[in-house]
Amino acid sequence: MAAVLLQRIGLALVTMVIIAVVVFFALELMPGDACSVNLGRGASDSMLAACHIRLGLDQPPVWRFVTWAGDFLRGDLGISMQRERPIAEIVGWRLRNTLILAGVTSVIGIPLALGLGVLAGLNPDGPLDMAISGVAIFAMTVPEFISGTLMILVFSVILGWAAGVVTIGYKAPAFELVKASILPAATLIFILAAHILRMVRASVVEVMQSDFAQMARLKGVPRRRVIWHHVVPNALLPAISIIGLTMAWLLGGVVIVESVFNFPGLGRLAVDAVADQDLPLVQAIALLFGLIYVLTNLGADLVALILNPRLRTRRQ
Amino acid sequence: MIQAFPQLEVENLRVGGAGFLVVDTVSFTLCAGESFGIAGESGSGKSTLLLSLMGMMRQGLQPLGGSVRLNGRPMLGQTDAALAAVRGSKIALIPQNPVTALNPSRRIGAQIDEALLLHSALSARGRAARVLDLLGMARLPEPAVTARRFPHELSGGQVQRAAIAMALAGEPDVLLLDEPTTGLDVTTQAALLDLLVDLRHRAKVSMVCVSHDLGVLARLCDRIGVMYAGAMVEEGPLALVLARPLHPYTQALMASIPRLGAAGLPSPIEGSPPSLFHLPSGCRFAPRCALVQDACHSLRPELSWVEEGQKIACLRPNMAPAQVSHPTNTAFAKGAPLLAVQGLSVSYAKQGLFAHKAPKPVVEEVSFTVVRGEVLGLVGESGSGKSTILAAIAGLAVPTAGHIRLMSNNRAEDLAARATTRPLSHLQSIQLIFQNPDASLNPRHRIIDLLAQPLMLYGQVPRSQLRAKAADLLAEVRLGAAMLDRMPAQLSGGERQRVAIARAFAAKPDLLLCDEITTALDVSVQAAVLKLIHDLARKHDVAAIFVSHDLAVVRAIADRIAVLRNGKIVEINTGEELCARPVDAYTKSLLRSVLEIPLGAIHSHLPPRE
Repeated sequence: MAAVLLQRIGLALVTMVIIAVVVFFALELMPGDACSVNLGRGASDSMLAACHIRLGLDQPPVWRFVTWAGDFLRGDLGISMQRERPIAEIVGWRLRNTLILAGVTSVIGIPLALGLGVLAGLNPDGPLDMAISGVAIFAMTVPEFISGTLMILVFSVILGWAAGVVTIGYKAPAFELVKASILPAATLIFILAAHILRMVRASVVEVMQSDFAQMARLKGVPRRRVIWHHVVPNALLPAISIIGLTMAWLLGGVVIVESVFNFPGLGRLAVDAVADQDLPLVQAIALLFGLIYVLTNLGADLVALILNPRLRTRRQ
Repeated sequence: MIQAFPQLEVENLRVGGAGFLVVDTVSFTLCAGESFGIAGESGSGKSTLLLSLMGMMRQGLQPLGGSVRLNGRPMLGQTDAALAAVRGSKIALIPQNPVTALNPSRRIGAQIDEALLLHSALSARGRAARVLDLLGMARLPEPAVTARRFPHELSGGQVQRAAIAMALAGEPDVLLLDEPTTGLDVTTQAALLDLLVDLRHRAKVSMVCVSHDLGVLARLCDRIGVMYAGAMVEEGPLALVLARPLHPYTQALMASIPRLGAAGLPSPIEGSPPSLFHLPSGCRFAPRCALVQDACHSLRPELSWVEEGQKIACLRPNMAPAQVSHPTNTAFAKGAPLLAVQGLSVSYAKQGLFAHKAPKPVVEEVSFTVVRGEVLGLVGESGSGKSTILAAIAGLAVPTAGHIRLMSNNRAEDLAARATTRPLSHLQSIQLIFQNPDASLNPRHRIIDLLAQPLMLYGQVPRSQLRAKAADLLAEVRLGAAMLDRMPAQLSGGERQRVAIARAFAAKPDLLLCDEITTALDVSVQAAVLKLIHDLARKHDVAAIFVSHDLAVVRAIADRIAVLRNGKIVEINTGEELCARPVDAYTKSLLRSVLEIPLGAIHSHLPPRE
């Protein structure tokens, strides 16, 4: 158990280092650097040189990578070019906001997806399954900028239940943001739940057919107990890694959904930073996304390890 | 003597689906304390029959007629709740594959506890104690430790014991056993059967046991029924049926079983069982029957009494039983040495970044030689390293020590460790046939494509002659040329294995490596494959190494037998000597574990009944 645990954590660390290297040197390969982009075409050589010295761009790339990564570990993400402020300060609030959005999405979306998936899987090809699976396939097919816009149309413009566009600032108190995140979260849940429930449905159908589910019935276990004690726990195990992957997908999803709803999170900041050609900020956000991706997958692995005895112990 | 009362009554039971029958008009009665065996090959409907005794129908199947009564109460057409009340408490099942039949994410103890929770009035503490009792009754070591284990943490034999404990938890009147020892090693199987025999008398349960292995039924049952293509063709007291089978199918089935006592190859049953969708209108066995008459094709025989205690479904019930005869195994004349294995050791290195333990050798210092034209049998239990030796000879596993020499072009040449670095002539000389033809034949290739590859690679056969050559090969394994354009999935298991054999012979090899090639086949088909390998090896002067866990099978085909244990050869000798005068203690215990079917002497009286 401990060896497997250490192995997973070790692999996650290695992945993080690789992400940092790729993110840093990918931008390094682009023509121009933070100074030339920021100062524009009219910059004189002396202005560029001064800028290079100020940002440490006169140092060799490998050394710059080491200092950049080292600073990152200490929580110093560098300084934004356009915004002329420490990146940590800009990113920190937005990260909180995005985590709130992701939190609302998963707290509602994951149980919903598991429940619907089990319901659909218990009566495969029945009317309930047809309805749930049909909507799920629709949700998976429609891109989030369309489903988001439809949400705004229905719930904000027609029904008037919620504001279509988030107008509060990024430093707003958390509960304000929870309220503001309802429509964006609904858009994300729509897609996230679809992916997870399809997986859970397939898994429930498979486990219902398994030898041990049949054996439980032949043991005289009533149907309801077979479902809750034998089928569902085993069917949810493979869903864990899918949940991990879907959570990581959320990060990509938020970039678009936050833009659609004007939600003050990390995703929208990423779009703005790219538009502004604020290279240090883009770098920092890319690395953060990468780390969150690795951490969610590591989390999913560990949860699976704890819940699945077959992974936990090797055969003697 | 008190008249035993019927506990389970099956009357004219028919189970099937749209356009097919799996169980066709089967009737039998099980009295209290009795043990009834149902024998049959795959597809005979025996497992479906067993499940319908519990009112369970597999998907796509339904009862089409007849009845099943347990203690007088009907079992078919009942509600889930009514069945749940009876299952586990009145009638319990010991499953075919306990490893998949137990919930993988719950501890053994919890799963037995669930049965007690449902079927007993015990308190939580009482149940905990009873769980340990039951595990002890199933002779599991350290019940308290085992109860805390998950199914995957136990060996196959231990999981089966846990499943037995679970079945006994509800103190059922009738215990159903579905191939209770299939997939277990012989010594484990022998111990398990001892346990079941003992439990039957101690727990006073009646049993219905389904198996393809008459040896297993012979240990457990008083009466047996033989099923063929969904119908019961013979029924009677075990000792009588085994000593004097009356139905031609039973006779042929008995003759196809390899025996330690009788030298030579078992006789195959020609042909294959009928498809459930196209059952013959007359007797189902008529197309394969050696004693068939015209009437057999049009009249459907009913199961009826012929002798004291014995019933058969046959139109010519007064025929004298055919003599069970084995074709002789052609003696082999000693030839020149072909393969020499010396000091061979193999260990599989642990994979992964964090591997640190030193690997334990799977094969340790094994030496033997194979002479041209000889069949050498390698026998051992799972994990004895028998398949690894084959893999090393084939160049699929890299030896850690020792060398393998092959006589090639009249001189001994060292074989390279990896098949990828061997010259074509070495690759051609050694051909491997795998256990499972479903997996070893590419499902997307036609049979002609499968055979064409070795013909072109090793034989340089021009494209224009491929079809004719491939048809010749199929004829050698007694398959028609019509098979050439079929896909593997369109063939039966036995036919697929014949194609695999034809593919091996396409290379014109000197040495065949056969890895459990009959394990996945029915006995009657196994007999045919054994005969085929024997005949082809003799005809083409090809040597073979035949690996199997079944000593009787190896005895039938091999000239010499090597017994393996924990990666070492403990004894090697001619088949006759090894079986008649075993030297090593392990060989002796293996021989004792083989389930021989009592043959010959008819018991003058039936086994006593209480």
